Amino acid sequence: MTSSLVPSSRRGFLGGSLTLSAGTIALLGGASTLARAADPSKDTGILNVALGLEHEAINAYQLGATSGLLQKPVLDVAVLFQSHHKGHRDALIATIEKLGGKPVAEKPLADYAKALKADTLKSQADVLELAARLELGATNAYLGVIPAFSDSALSKVAARLAADETMHWTALSGALGKSLPMAALAFGA
Amino acid sequence: MKAFAVAAALLAAAWPAHAAGDAAVGAQEYEARCGGCHAVDEHRVGPAHRGVFGRRAGSAAGFAYSAALRRSGIVWDERSLDAWLADPEKLVPGQGMNVSIGDAALRRDIVAYLRSLAS
Repeated sequence: MTSSLVPSSRRGFLGGSLTLSAGTIALLGGASTLARAADPSKDTGILNVALGLEHEAINAYQLGATSGLLQKPVLDVAVLFQSHHKGHRDALIATIEKLGGKPVAEKPLADYAKALKADTLKSQADVLELAARLELGATNAYLGVIPAFSDSALSKVAARLAADETMHWTALSGALGKSLPMAALAFGA
Repeated sequence: MKAFAVAAALLAAAWPAHAAGDAAVGAQEYEARCGGCHAVDEHRVGPAHRGVFGRRAGSAAGFAYSAALRRSGIVWDERSLDAWLADPEKLVPGQGMNVSIGDAALRRDIVAYLRSLAS
């Protein structure tokens, strides 16, 4: 399973034509609405920040999955979550291009490793803690940008992305033995 | 008019206490609300935050800020950070963050934490 992660996501990203999955196409179901965005340049800027976040998430899972610290079935779940982030990446790239923008490029894996202090990861729990922190931050980031879009179709996309990140955070927190939030409305602010 | 002046003075005097957040709570909320993009010591999707308090906006070395933020002339303090977190586009049109936090108490805690991050 680990070997399937070894080929860098960067190669897939830079490797030429973008093939949209059924899920991606569904995510972009509001294409006609996207064309009427009130301020496409502003929206593409927000989407590019989101794309940067997804690049980082993909690389974080890459670092975790190739660290040798994850055991099955946790490793399989990490690979699944990374595939979700790749789906997010592809959807965001397609949307940015549809709006006439230029998708932000992925950085080298080593850059993400440095920024995320991957050298401090010593156990499976360390990897899961990092992933959970990133997923929680991503959830709140997506919820926090919802009001900023000029096109409500993109707000819906951000909400759907936030839902995926919340799913990831919930599963990771459970694997770490953490309790669920006691209060309602635990995400966003 | 005199009553208004007294009330204004009282409000001004009360501002620091009202505005003071809890840095310990802010540390947790920073991780949850800002940690998707930011870290204290490393630039990620967003810039590193150590030393942000008192720093000129858009001036941390090594991060590609929006031109709007670089030109804003803002120096980060309680009020500007609160306004930024409440609605970054309103404070600096054309900025690149766009994530907003509507809860004022939460913003105060996060700002208190940011203030605690010495250079």
